[in-house]
Amino acid sequence: MELKPGTRLRSQVGPTEVVVVKSPGGDLGLACGGQPMIPAGDAPAEGLTVAETASDSTLLGKRYTDPDDRIELLVTKPGVGTLALDGVGLGLKQAKPLPASD
Amino acid sequence: MAITLLLDLAESMDPERLAVGLRDEQITAEGLSRLTVGGAAVIVASGARSVAFIGVNGSAFPVAMFAAARAGVPIAPLNYRLAEGQLRELLGRLDAPLVIVDEAYLSVLAGADLPVLSTDEWMRRCATEPAADLPDVDDGDPAVLLFTSGTTAAPKCVVLRHQNLQSYVLQTVEPGSAAEGDAALVSVPTYHVAGVGTVLTNVFAGRRLLYLPNFTPRAWLDLVREEQVTFAMVVPTMLARILDEIGDDVPELPALRTLAYGGARMPQPVLERALRAFPTVDFVNAYGLTETSSTIAVLGPEDHRVALDSDDPAVRARLGSVGRLIPGVEGQVRDFDRVVPAGEEGELWVRGEQVSGEYEGLGSALDEAGWFPTRDRARMDEDGYLFVLGRSDDVIIRGGENIAPAEVEDVLLRHPAVAEVAVLGLPDEEWGECLAAVVVPATGAQCDVEVLREWVRSQLRSAKTPDRIIFRDELPHTDTGKLLRRQLPREFSTVPTPS
Repeated sequence: MELKPGTRLRSQVGPTEVVVVKSPGGDLGLACGGQPMIPAGDAPAEGLTVAETASDSTLLGKRYTDPDDRIELLVTKPGVGTLALDGVGLGLKQAKPLPASD
Repeated sequence: MAITLLLDLAESMDPERLAVGLRDEQITAEGLSRLTVGGAAVIVASGARSVAFIGVNGSAFPVAMFAAARAGVPIAPLNYRLAEGQLRELLGRLDAPLVIVDEAYLSVLAGADLPVLSTDEWMRRCATEPAADLPDVDDGDPAVLLFTSGTTAAPKCVVLRHQNLQSYVLQTVEPGSAAEGDAALVSVPTYHVAGVGTVLTNVFAGRRLLYLPNFTPRAWLDLVREEQVTFAMVVPTMLARILDEIGDDVPELPALRTLAYGGARMPQPVLERALRAFPTVDFVNAYGLTETSSTIAVLGPEDHRVALDSDDPAVRARLGSVGRLIPGVEGQVRDFDRVVPAGEEGELWVRGEQVSGEYEGLGSALDEAGWFPTRDRARMDEDGYLFVLGRSDDVIIRGGENIAPAEVEDVLLRHPAVAEVAVLGLPDEEWGECLAAVVVPATGAQCDVEVLREWVRSQLRSAKTPDRIIFRDELPHTDTGKLLRRQLPREFSTVPTPS
């Protein structure tokens, strides 16, 4: 699936929803709980469950990124299921807040 | 979805957090969201394809902005101070607008065949209208239309799409990062890009939006104290007036933590006075353009402190910098097609998801690789600090040499007899253009043309010394603090040329 900044995705195994903040573009395999994430408006496939090895919880309003900082996601609805890019789990991004300017 | 995502996320993170208005009004994030759902239903029922907002800043504006976004139509905040004819002209450029207008400006709509709601009526309807089916909104749809102030030409209508505004906020603000009780005081008008940006960034951060409709320094100081404002954004002329109002009697503003300024060039003497008057406050310089969805560079609090305390001229000069580009924005300084190295002057080009560069009816100003020419003269130092020297159109070419007015203005402003100054080029048979200065003398000061010329000559050199200087009681500004340079040449037409 083509991932652009602003793209909204949902988990197929729980309530998790994210918005893409940063993306290198192109076709990327993004997963939540071991299952591919789908466009936020689509219905999940039936019968999917969270993989045991990918059962961390996501936190509302937090950013997640891959070790190479290629992609950044913001969680708009939290839930159970580790976020992963091409099989590698995403980690919580340490916020480096800019000073408020307007 | 679109920019309403920002409000929806803030609401889900802390629905009870106060979002807009005075503390007594108790409008929470959940309450604001509900008003925008009602407002969207009002807009959809009207059949309008855009919303025009003609009014002073206030809680009705953020409600209208998010309501229009939910309804999938762009909102165009207009300058209510324009003459009736100009306002009608701008309204005529909008697609089937619903007009939300303050009572005071209702007469502008007389005879216009448009659906109209007074601001008060708008807020009442938002509170009572049942929710309606709303369209799907695409990130690529227009969200906000802003008419440029037209200091150099007729107003152009800048199109900011959901993806531009959303990118700006997602790149620069942490959701819910404001502390409980934080409040932002907004003094810029709704039709300024900072008046749009402030709605999105503060709602997303969970910082209550508080409005000062008609700025006076006294009212600003009172509101900061009474409402325990923690963050305020002002344009440079406002900051100068606040400093003049308090004089040596600096008031206690214990809650105020951050003061951001932008919208026009800040005269360095004003900034230094402000830093000394409010030593515990964090100062932030924000630089951006309407076409870039507000801020693209920031000079932060630590930068200000280090520069003010430094004896190194290069570090101290950073007080006059707009800081470094924010995440998601790239910049280049170009001389025609050539990207110039650090330290050299040229025109600033920027690129990024938040950069729109698009004008209604005129198309996009971006080049093939997505770069936008800001038409601002600039240079960037080795560490990425950006110095904006003024509009490219304002550069004076005297005898083949490019002179940025700002450089000469800064020197003149350091003379104790000068309160305000504008430097411009006038046609000249010998040099092509000559340098002219309009000076507003400091109160009670004796100003002498030759003394001021010698002052500049001793610090710059002859080529940058104004050939002509005249004195005036004030300079013409837009109400958002931008100098109206194109009005200045006529000041010289009545003054005889010195022999």
